[in-house]
Amino acid sequence: MTTAYAREFEAQASHPGTKAPWLAALRRVAQEHFERTGFPTSQDEDWRFTNLVPLTGREFPLVSADAGDVSPETLAPWRFTIPGVSTLVFINGRYAPALSSLMDLPEGVTVRNLAGALATGGEVLERHLGRYAESAGGGFTALNTAFLKDGLFVHVAGGATVAPPVHAIYLTDARAEGAATHPRSLLVVEQGASATVLESFVGLHDGTYLTNALTEAVVGDGARLVHAKLQHESERAFHVGTTHIHYGRDSRGQSFSVSFGAALCRNNLDVVLDGPGVETEMLGLYLGRGTQEVDNHTSLLHAHRNCSSREIYKGILDDRSHGVFNGKIYVTPIAQKTDAKQTNRAILLSDRARIDTKPQLEIFADDVKCTHGATVGSIDPHAVFYCRSRGIPEAQARKVLTYAFAAEVLELMPWADVRDRLEVEVMRRLDVRVEG
Amino acid sequence: MLEIINLQAAAGGKQILNGITLTVRAGEVHAIMGPNGSGKSTLAQVLAGHPAYQVTGGEVRFEGRDLLDLEPETRAKAGIFLAFQYPVEIPGISNAYFLRAAYNEIRKARGQEEVDPIDFMDLAEEKLKLVEWEPAILSRAVNAGFSGGEKKRNEILQMAILEPKLAILDETDSGLDIDALRIVAGGVNKLRRPDNATIVVTHYQRLLNYIVPDYVHVLAGGRIVKSGGKELALELEARGYEWLEDAAVPA
Repeated sequence: MTTAYAREFEAQASHPGTKAPWLAALRRVAQEHFERTGFPTSQDEDWRFTNLVPLTGREFPLVSADAGDVSPETLAPWRFTIPGVSTLVFINGRYAPALSSLMDLPEGVTVRNLAGALATGGEVLERHLGRYAESAGGGFTALNTAFLKDGLFVHVAGGATVAPPVHAIYLTDARAEGAATHPRSLLVVEQGASATVLESFVGLHDGTYLTNALTEAVVGDGARLVHAKLQHESERAFHVGTTHIHYGRDSRGQSFSVSFGAALCRNNLDVVLDGPGVETEMLGLYLGRGTQEVDNHTSLLHAHRNCSSREIYKGILDDRSHGVFNGKIYVTPIAQKTDAKQTNRAILLSDRARIDTKPQLEIFADDVKCTHGATVGSIDPHAVFYCRSRGIPEAQARKVLTYAFAAEVLELMPWADVRDRLEVEVMRRLDVRVEG
Repeated sequence: MLEIINLQAAAGGKQILNGITLTVRAGEVHAIMGPNGSGKSTLAQVLAGHPAYQVTGGEVRFEGRDLLDLEPETRAKAGIFLAFQYPVEIPGISNAYFLRAAYNEIRKARGQEEVDPIDFMDLAEEKLKLVEWEPAILSRAVNAGFSGGEKKRNEILQMAILEPKLAILDETDSGLDIDALRIVAGGVNKLRRPDNATIVVTHYQRLLNYIVPDYVHVLAGGRIVKSGGKELALELEARGYEWLEDAAVPA
């Protein structure tokens, strides 16, 4: 099976990246790695809850069509109104400059598509690209690196630079039916700087395709990154997305992950606190219906002292959907005074919805505060009664409370337009109308 | 208005109410007092229809209707309001939305048109004055992160908006400092009318200095063991409950 991917790899040896020897080597190593290991199976501990056979049992060649175009009207629902935002649009994996809107950026801030950046070259790319996402991290990471071509590149130079928000929209349409895209993003926020980056993955048609996305983010000493990944793929599609965030000393960050779509969605969030004094939040929301599989794996490495992390993941599973939450927290022996809090909660709206949930705390320091809490169940009956005692019918009360459960995560987002739109989407899914 | 006849109820297989009989007429305030575990809160919850309690005997009539036959939301629409001892926090839903959703349900039940957010805001701001509150509270999530006093005040705000015929205040004084107690009780007093009634469930006499009852009933062992006027509350304050609890022991 993997040889088909190998043939493709050889066949597309002409794209811009291959000119730079370091990149050619990076891709070659990744390709060889993938050839050796292939896709993970349910025998792999990190994948045992998720049935990958529907994905790995077939081939997803690269999208062969040109990027083509979509109308501004088609794009409009996915564009966010955020003050100063630069929007980069990718169609079937390729940058679409005509649909993108780049704002004037302050000195020291680079925002562009990765293919363009690679064509120009540069020390920042070579220093960071592929340095955080280990090819060992499952076949999908290797495959992304082997096929990496385009995506988002953000670089914020050191100092007190505050980059305006950046939004990348990855659209997939009917021209990608049966094919794969491998979006790749690199976000580099140097010492003391600040950035806000949103990435949306959108299926424009009800098709079957594979999005294998990888984002590497490096947050320098004292820097700040707010990142959001919003997944709205077709409910017949496959989405495997990995976000690596590497934090330096005294840096801060928030990482949101919201998943609505895909037949099979796997989100990996790998966070490394690679210096003391880091504060990070990992906030997730996922909805499943039909036979959707939504798998969130988070991995958090507390490598140094005095770092704090807060993780909240919430899921709402209906019909025969299946959720997975696996939250790993690893505290090294030197990471004293670690303050780590993990919460994961899921609501099952149907008797046939399921969730596998596994907190995984490995703590090797003794002076730490690490807590985790997991709840799986239905809506709190006291809250239902409270609403009913105010005249709100039971069915409505349950919907409103389910919405509230989701809104609690969305309300932590700092962008009103994003929050509002996601809240509307949750309402639509739950068939409830809740106004402010 | 309310007729409770030999009401018996259990929770989790444990019998709690052992035959309560009580009549409440329009315009009256009844205080239900008693030691912890006497069944006071259970009575309040049963009247509001909490599904965790099973009625094992007796009947309750509200304005001639069989109350026990009605769903909790139908009771609310009929004019029953329970101010919770522990109001539930609902992060993610604004107080304004929650209040308006409830208000519109009650209006629909009365055959009135629903109000839009703007008209509702006018009404809510009027009602906020009853509990000496600022409109900012409306945009906060329902009870989320509220202090004990704020939660109780929010219950009275809901009551002011929904205008029930029968309000049941379950330990509304618990956890209140003296200022909050004055505000909450003041709100309740301003809402008293000849055509509505109030049942005040409380452990302490303190609240009854502010909300003066017409009748005081002492509950012990799931029964009313003594009834009297407001002076009974003072006697309980002086003597405690023990002298009455003996009367609760079944013969």
